[in-house]
Amino acid sequence: MTGIARVLVIVYAIMAMAATGRSFVQIVREFDAAPLAYSLSALAAVVYILATLALILSASRAWYLVAWVAIGFELVGVLVVGTLSLAVPALFDHPTVWSGFGAGYLWVPLVLPFLGLWWLTHTRNAVAEEIDPALERSSW
Amino acid sequence: MILWFTIVQLVAACGVGLLCIVLGLAGRRPSDLSVGGLALILLLLIAQVVIAIVAPLAGNPPSGSALEYWVYLVSAVLLPPAGVAWALIERSRWSTVIMGIAALAVAVMVWRMHVIWTVQLA
Repeated sequence: MTGIARVLVIVYAIMAMAATGRSFVQIVREFDAAPLAYSLSALAAVVYILATLALILSASRAWYLVAWVAIGFELVGVLVVGTLSLAVPALFDHPTVWSGFGAGYLWVPLVLPFLGLWWLTHTRNAVAEEIDPALERSSW
Repeated sequence: MILWFTIVQLVAACGVGLLCIVLGLAGRRPSDLSVGGLALILLLLIAQVVIAIVAPLAGNPPSGSALEYWVYLVSAVLLPPAGVAWALIERSRWSTVIMGIAALAVAVMVWRMHVIWTVQLA
């Protein structure tokens, strides 16, 4: 794993920690007040943890796929919940990580999936380049 | 929490964070300066743990959720060692950037902790 990927992973890890901590507090204190928003918080936290692990282990094909799914889910999550929280505020009057496109977290949740997907595309190309010469040799 | 000590922590964490990111982007590997900066932040956070335990007994209790406060504080204490450990697995310029990001995350969390302790909007 190259150095800049580690930077991405540490940012994911911090987001995972923030989301987990927050959803833990929300669920312990007042789950009944907003079951939907707080379940979503917990789900988001789990997906951030999964994405962090998948990025660390993305050298393996299975984890690479998990990384795509987890980060793609985050992207859809932040866009859908972000839009809904502005369009139908009543649905999300309790905060989640993704409310207002992650405004409470300096929009990091909005930017992160794009960086994550960019990196995954980038590494796939790198892997393909490593494989290609081998294929050429074998064909000759 | 104590306002001036919060400010000391914010200045230290922001200063070390920016310094590490600049050093890292300039191509420097982790050094005594950058790792020492993270150690300083950790030291201040440990002092903050002591303050958070003693302050309520001295008539300065948190006005917000103590649970939420402690989740932030414990996470913040874990960040500098985790950042340094993860950075040093591979010593490169990006390791220094990682330590800077960890320091800035601590700054945000200390700020949130101060808000939880003193300001209640709800």
